[in-house]
Amino acid sequence: MNSINEERVKELEQRAASLRRHVIKMIHAAGSGHPGGSLSAADIVTALFFEVMDHSPERFESQDRDHFILSKGHAAPIYYAALAESGYFPVEELVTLRKLHSRLQGHPSRVKTPGVEMSTGSLGQGLSVANGLALALRLQNLDRKVYCLCGDGEMAEGQVWEAAMFASHNHLDNVIAIVDRNGLQIDGRTEDVMALEPLADKWKAFGWNVLLVDGNDMRQVLETLNKARQHKGGPTVIVAKTVKGKGVSFMENNVGFHGKSPNEKEYEQAMRELGGSA
Amino acid sequence: MSWAMESQRKNYGKALVELGKRRKDVVVLDADLSGSTRTVEFKTAYPERFFNCGIAEQNMMGTAAGLAVGGMTVFASTFAVFATGRAYDQVRQSIAYPDLNVKIVASHAGITVGGDGASHQTMEDIALMNAIPNMTVIVPADGPETYNAVLAVAEHRGPAYVRMGRSDVPIITSRDAEFKIGKASILRDGSDVALVGVGQMVAPCLLAADALKAKGISARVINLSTIKPLDVATLEKAARDCGCVVTAEEHNIVSGVGTLVAAALAERYPTPMERVAMQDVFGQSGESDELMREYGLSEKEVIAAAIKVTERKK
Repeated sequence: MNSINEERVKELEQRAASLRRHVIKMIHAAGSGHPGGSLSAADIVTALFFEVMDHSPERFESQDRDHFILSKGHAAPIYYAALAESGYFPVEELVTLRKLHSRLQGHPSRVKTPGVEMSTGSLGQGLSVANGLALALRLQNLDRKVYCLCGDGEMAEGQVWEAAMFASHNHLDNVIAIVDRNGLQIDGRTEDVMALEPLADKWKAFGWNVLLVDGNDMRQVLETLNKARQHKGGPTVIVAKTVKGKGVSFMENNVGFHGKSPNEKEYEQAMRELGGSA
Repeated sequence: MSWAMESQRKNYGKALVELGKRRKDVVVLDADLSGSTRTVEFKTAYPERFFNCGIAEQNMMGTAAGLAVGGMTVFASTFAVFATGRAYDQVRQSIAYPDLNVKIVASHAGITVGGDGASHQTMEDIALMNAIPNMTVIVPADGPETYNAVLAVAEHRGPAYVRMGRSDVPIITSRDAEFKIGKASILRDGSDVALVGVGQMVAPCLLAADALKAKGISARVINLSTIKPLDVATLEKAARDCGCVVTAEEHNIVSGVGTLVAAALAERYPTPMERVAMQDVFGQSGESDELMREYGLSEKEVIAAAIKVTERKK
C-alpha cells in the first residue's frame, strides 16, 4: 500500500458502506446489539481488513500474517461483517448474530467464530492481549503487526494503562493501537462520564508514538495506518476522531443508539441512507 | 515421624528450567515477585523468554493470553491472592473463556503465608478457579509433586491453576511417582475412615493415620492433588470401603474442596463426612505452624474429625 489512488479509496468507501449495511441488518435481525460503535469504526475496520492487513482465511492457523484484536468487543457486528466479506464464513450467516446456537456471539469468541483471534467483551483487556501476541511474534522472528481496536470509553479501565506501560517498556513497535474516539459511551459523553482529555498527551506520556486522524475519512485512515506501520522502536497509537453511529443520520452522535436495535421504520431509513435496500 | 522439608516454589523453579530446556515455546511471566515465586530460575536460564510485568497482575494475565494466542505455552506467576483475586476477570475472560494455553502457577497460597497477614492469605482461590469452566485446578502436596505437576500441566492443553504454599513442607511423595492430572493417589490404605488431604494438609493426614492406628482405627489417606477434574471414582471407592470421610484443606470451608467431595458423594454414595478447613474467617500474622494450629489445621483436628465421623457411621 504505497500509493493510494482515488479509485481504490472509492472502492474501500463502498466496502465500508456495505459493512455498515451488514451491521444494521444484523442488529435489526437480532433485536439487540450495539450499532453506534460499529458504525463509528467501520472505516477503520474496512481499511484494516481490505487494504492494510496481510491476512486470509487459509492462513488463519499460521502466525505469519497480520493480527487483529477487537478490544471494544461490543463492536462485534462490524468485525463479523469484515470477516464474512473476507471469506472466513458465509455472509448469509451474519443475520444469526446473537441467536441461540449461532457462531456469532454478542461479543467475539475465539472458540466459536472462524477468524476471531481473541474473545473480548469485558473492556480494557484487548491491548494486553495484543502485547502478548506481539511478543510471541517477536520470539518467532515474525515481522508482523498486531492491530488493536479500542473504544474510548474503555480508556477508563486501569488495565489499558498497565498495557500501555508494558508495550513501551518492551519497545513493541509491532503493536498498533487504534482508539475509536467517538466521544460517547453508554451513560453519555466520555468527558462527562470520565474525562479522557488530553488523551493524546496521556499516550505520549506513556511512551507511545501518537498519530491523530479523522477516523471516518478513508484516505486519511489509510495514510495514517501506513505511517504507523513504518514507526520503529516503540508502539504506535492512532487516536481516531470518529462520529458515533456514522452513516445513519439519526444514529450519529446519538448516545441512545450505543446499544439499541433500530425499529422497522428506523431500519428502512438506515438502509436507504447507507445506499441499500431494506 | 520425621520428614525432610522442602519448598514447593524451589521445585517450581527447577521444573521451569527443565521445561525451558525441553521446549522453545515455554514463556514465563511474573509480576515483580520472581524471587518469591522462583520464576527467577527461569529468568536466569532463559532471559529472552521471561517477562517481568511489574506490579500489574491484570495486564500480566492478558499478556499471557496474547502469548498463548501467538502459539506459546505460558506460565504466569505471582502470589495466589493476586493471581486469582486481583486478576480474576482477566483469568476468566482472557484465559479460560478462549481456552488458552496459560498455566497460572501461584505461590504463597493459604494461611501459611505467615507474617504478611490476612491481606496476603487467600483461602478462596481454589473456589474461584474451580468455578471457571475450562480450568484445571491442581494443589500439589509437596515439592516433588509440584515438580511433576508443573511438567504435567505443560503437556496438558488448556488453562490450569497450580497452587503452592510459601513455607517448606514435608517431602511425602517422590519425583519418580507418576503424576496424572485428575488422579488422586492413595498414600496409605485403610478401611475404617478415609482421610482426604489437599496440599499442605496431606502430611497432617498421614500423621493422623498413625495416631488413629494406635487407637485401633484404620485410616486410608488420599492425596487429592487434582481438584478439577475431581477423581470421583477414587473418592466413591473410599466412601464405599471405609463408610466415612474426612477432608482436610488449607482453604475456606465455604466452597472448599470438602464441599466438592460432599457433593460428589451425595450424588453417588451418601457418606458421613467431617471437614477440616478454615472456618470462614480471615487469618492474621504469625508463624506458619502457629497459624495452622490457631485455625485448626493440624493433625489434631484431623484425628478428632476422624473419631467423630467413625462414630457417626454406627
